[in-house]
Amino acid sequence: MLRFGVIEGKAIMSKKAKQTAIVLSQQMLAEGIYDLWLATELAKEAGAGQFIGVYPKNAATLLPRPISICEVNEDKTALRLVYRVAGKGTKEFSSFEKGDTVEILGILGNGYRVSELLAKNPEFTEITLYGGGIGIPPMLQLSKELAAAGRKPSVFIGYRDSNLFLKEDFEKYGTVYVATEDGSVGTKGNVLTALKETGVQPSVMMACGPMMMLRAIRQEASERAIPAYISLEEHMACGIGACLGCVCRTTKKDEHSQVHNARICTEGPVFLAEEVEI
Amino acid sequence: MNTSVTIAGVTFKNPVMTASGTFGSGMEYGDFVDLNRLGAVVTKGVANVPWPGNPTPRVTEVYGGMLNAIGLQNPGIDVFLKRDIPFLQQYDTKIIVNVCGKTVEDYLEVVEKLNDSAADMLEINVSCPNVKEGAIAFGQKADCLFDITSKIKNVARKPIIMKLSPNVTDITEMAKAAEAAGADAISLINTITGMKIDIHKRTFALANRTGGMSGPAIKPVAVRMVYQASHAVKIPVIGMGGIATAEDAIEFLLAGATAVSVGAVNFMNPYATVEIIEGIEQYMTKYGVEDIQELIGAVN
Repeated sequence: MLRFGVIEGKAIMSKKAKQTAIVLSQQMLAEGIYDLWLATELAKEAGAGQFIGVYPKNAATLLPRPISICEVNEDKTALRLVYRVAGKGTKEFSSFEKGDTVEILGILGNGYRVSELLAKNPEFTEITLYGGGIGIPPMLQLSKELAAAGRKPSVFIGYRDSNLFLKEDFEKYGTVYVATEDGSVGTKGNVLTALKETGVQPSVMMACGPMMMLRAIRQEASERAIPAYISLEEHMACGIGACLGCVCRTTKKDEHSQVHNARICTEGPVFLAEEVEI
Repeated sequence: MNTSVTIAGVTFKNPVMTASGTFGSGMEYGDFVDLNRLGAVVTKGVANVPWPGNPTPRVTEVYGGMLNAIGLQNPGIDVFLKRDIPFLQQYDTKIIVNVCGKTVEDYLEVVEKLNDSAADMLEINVSCPNVKEGAIAFGQKADCLFDITSKIKNVARKPIIMKLSPNVTDITEMAKAAEAAGADAISLINTITGMKIDIHKRTFALANRTGGMSGPAIKPVAVRMVYQASHAVKIPVIGMGGIATAEDAIEFLLAGATAVSVGAVNFMNPYATVEIIEGIEQYMTKYGVEDIQELIGAVN
């Protein structure tokens, strides 16, 4: 059965499944940040801004962990996840070694669908990306898809300190500007401090990161009168739109819910900032 | 082999249903399971008007289960009748609509609007622990439960299942009150009220502070209550609470449930409902059970 997701009123088709993936490699990128490559057929369907659910093996931890897709490999047979160890589930994932198997659920969420987005928005001439902390990884696949479409983005990535990760990966696909809270690398401050320093004049902002950062991006985009796309996160149970656990407030009545709530796992996680209340 | 069961004149091809609130109206699970295989789809609760539900976080994991405080977000009966019922009518499965409300009048309005729909039965949620008015208030006192059940039975032209809360001192009193008021069946258990505190943020894990616990960890409590309730009343009991496998489902049947509902496990394994149906058939083959009736209430 096919089901339909909708972004900006446009229906798309995607078939979801729970499958066994095989660990191709795993390494630690920075303190508590892991880089995991999984071989999975589901990669065929994956695009920027989407995510998968990863199931812990321990039966006491039964819900899938939503983790954003950092990268899809060239022939679409593997997914890269870069995640932070935050609790029991991700702690278990951090012990995975090459050849281990893991159950995953995907592909989940409404992502950027880059070619369609660019076709519809020819005014997106200076595309700017913003990633903060563990919000950085999903911006990599987005950079990659934009670069492949001939639209190299400016990428602003913000870290707490000099424990950087993925910086070299981003340099392959865009112009990278780093901000650190402690000023040890790049601009001292956040991604917006870095934007102001560069003088780049964005025509669109695309962001993933902590809520404080997303609020600041929303504000900045509104002041510049340009669109901003933001990836939201919330505690999830089913990941497929049935349980209504992961909603966010919307400015207009949502078609599915008939109230001012959209499902982050289904209508999101990527939203136009002006359409959500954060 | 006969796996069909009959409740209030409605025959289900097998005793496996979905637990309200965990399966939407089935649309989201169509990628994973053939809805035609299910005994019934029990929908997410629907009220007379759209409800926005609670603030987030609405869900959190606990050992062997989860807590939820969705707050019965729903699109309201009018959209539900136009969208969800026609969707379910495409499938060869029974439709049980779960009904929620804040006042008796809310419930009656929804029940009346469903009278002419394609719903096969209605399940009345008088046991949601996560909304401030209505819901559980009707389900924790036997006289209140009797009163609302009688009023619903007066207007309903569909068979009525009263869904009971486990958050009571004596489940048999509640079961008897529902039966005495004319309920056609009862279902139990709804979630068990719980709380989780985030020690790092020093705050409640759920915005609602408390939530309903579900998942495998609650199963023994549910089996005990299903056993007690099914021995207290003559009307059929639909059992649920932590069912994750066919073995769990069979335990509920043996304890006295005529049918079972599969809930939180759908989040752990979206194929669970059909795997449980197949597992029950394998069990029946293995033990030479010709008719599923032989299992219902077999352990006394």
